[in-house]
Amino acid sequence: MVQLLFFYFALVVIGLGLRIVTCKNPVHSVLLMLLLFFHMAGLYLLLNAEFLAAVQVIVYAGAILVLYLFVLFLVNLREEIKMSPFVQKGKWAGLVAALALLITFLRGVFNFTLGPHGQYTIEKVQQITHTKAMGEAIYTTYILPFEIAGLILLVAVIGGLALAKKEDKGA
Amino acid sequence: MADWQIDLIKVVFIWVWALLIAVVMTWVERRASAMMQDRLGPNRAGPFGLLQPLADGIKLFTKEDIIPERARKILFILGPPLFALPAFSAYAVVPFGDKIVLGGKEIILQVSDVNIGFLYVLALGAIGVYGMVIGGWASNSKYSILGGLRATAQLISYEVPMGLALLTIVLLYGTFSLREIVLQQQGTFLGFLPNWGFFKQPLGFIIFMVAAYAEANRVPFDLPECESELVTGYHTEYGSMRLGLYLFGEYVNMGTLAAITVSLFFGGWGLPYVDMSRFLGPVSYGIASFFVFFLKQAFFLFLFVWVRWTVPRFRYDQLMGLGWKALIPLGLINLFITALLVQLTT
Repeated sequence: MVQLLFFYFALVVIGLGLRIVTCKNPVHSVLLMLLLFFHMAGLYLLLNAEFLAAVQVIVYAGAILVLYLFVLFLVNLREEIKMSPFVQKGKWAGLVAALALLITFLRGVFNFTLGPHGQYTIEKVQQITHTKAMGEAIYTTYILPFEIAGLILLVAVIGGLALAKKEDKGA
Repeated sequence: MADWQIDLIKVVFIWVWALLIAVVMTWVERRASAMMQDRLGPNRAGPFGLLQPLADGIKLFTKEDIIPERARKILFILGPPLFALPAFSAYAVVPFGDKIVLGGKEIILQVSDVNIGFLYVLALGAIGVYGMVIGGWASNSKYSILGGLRATAQLISYEVPMGLALLTIVLLYGTFSLREIVLQQQGTFLGFLPNWGFFKQPLGFIIFMVAAYAEANRVPFDLPECESELVTGYHTEYGSMRLGLYLFGEYVNMGTLAAITVSLFFGGWGLPYVDMSRFLGPVSYGIASFFVFFLKQAFFLFLFVWVRWTVPRFRYDQLMGLGWKALIPLGLINLFITALLVQLTT
């Protein structure tokens, strides 16, 4: 049953991913992406990662994708639709890049060996709930990467603010 | 009865109940607004005009279904259900009563007690905006698309303070499960106050309430459908039952938000100072807890109506200013203070 669900989610995620990049209408792409995010959340649920699943929907589907839609509505869509999808431009370069990525992935998959079991087994995560397990891991073992990620985001925020301010002065 | 049968009954029951609340709310809204404006309101269909929603429903169903010629058909059709469905789904985690013993079996009065309870509610609240945006864009009308754009910006802005207010609740109770939170709110606080989230988090409650009104698109924050500027905003081009679903979804949404407010800040099904389970039998206790919850929810539903007919609408820049310059800093300060207090007391 779990495997069946996994194959369903995985297949739909891959299929939707392909459809998103080949879609001519960007608004349709965004909506398919919404569907894709739900299936990703389903995959997380299969992994007992209910917190990640919820955050996936809240952050990606609820905030980031809505912003995409917002931007798409503001640009003139009529022009965009007539454009050929970007997959057709620079076909050969794209193919080479995709092949290189595929080889890297395949090497990774075939050289994959299972490491020693960590502290967080399925039973433990289910017992203390995934939210708590993740919080513990992030705020103790992985505090430094977490802070660095926060710092990078802060830099991005300041950068955005600086760009917006500049335009304000010029006007 | 098998477990899945009980679950099915609970799902059907809460679904019908949510529908019923929304139906009656359309009547309450019209009657209450009439009362506040010294009018009578709908009073012809049935006693006190109570059958008016039914008449409206029949009217909406039998009207001609018009899809504008240059609209994007599939998305146009998809809009209203995308708006109404998340609103209904959020009811799944609402603890609408404590528990009831039927046929020797203890039944928890909640469809599903998932341990990410109100993250699920937040997620569905975030999804609801797609219905408005898609509907607004697909109608191919300037008013509609402006309404849709306003809805996106408003929802994104007010989700942040709402999240901050909810985080203080998580800090206080240490769980995402709504049932668990309600259970922790029984008893008294400081010896004389009910042990409600409201008394522990008054600022959090105010921020949550303001954000909730913005999320539900209710006056004073109903700018996506602001009739004096945008006709009716994102659903300008809609008619018949498609329009009905939009209007209806709004009431269901209000019901959900009221239920969440009650469970997070007002002790859910518990009566203050009185432990009902002591003197009521197992069956009557279940029913009583359900009605206590409903009464509290009804109060907050009425508050939505009350505010709508008392407060004027904000201007759009005022709305954004309130969200980003007042609520978010307040929410952050509140979160910081709560975190400090929780750290010091435990």
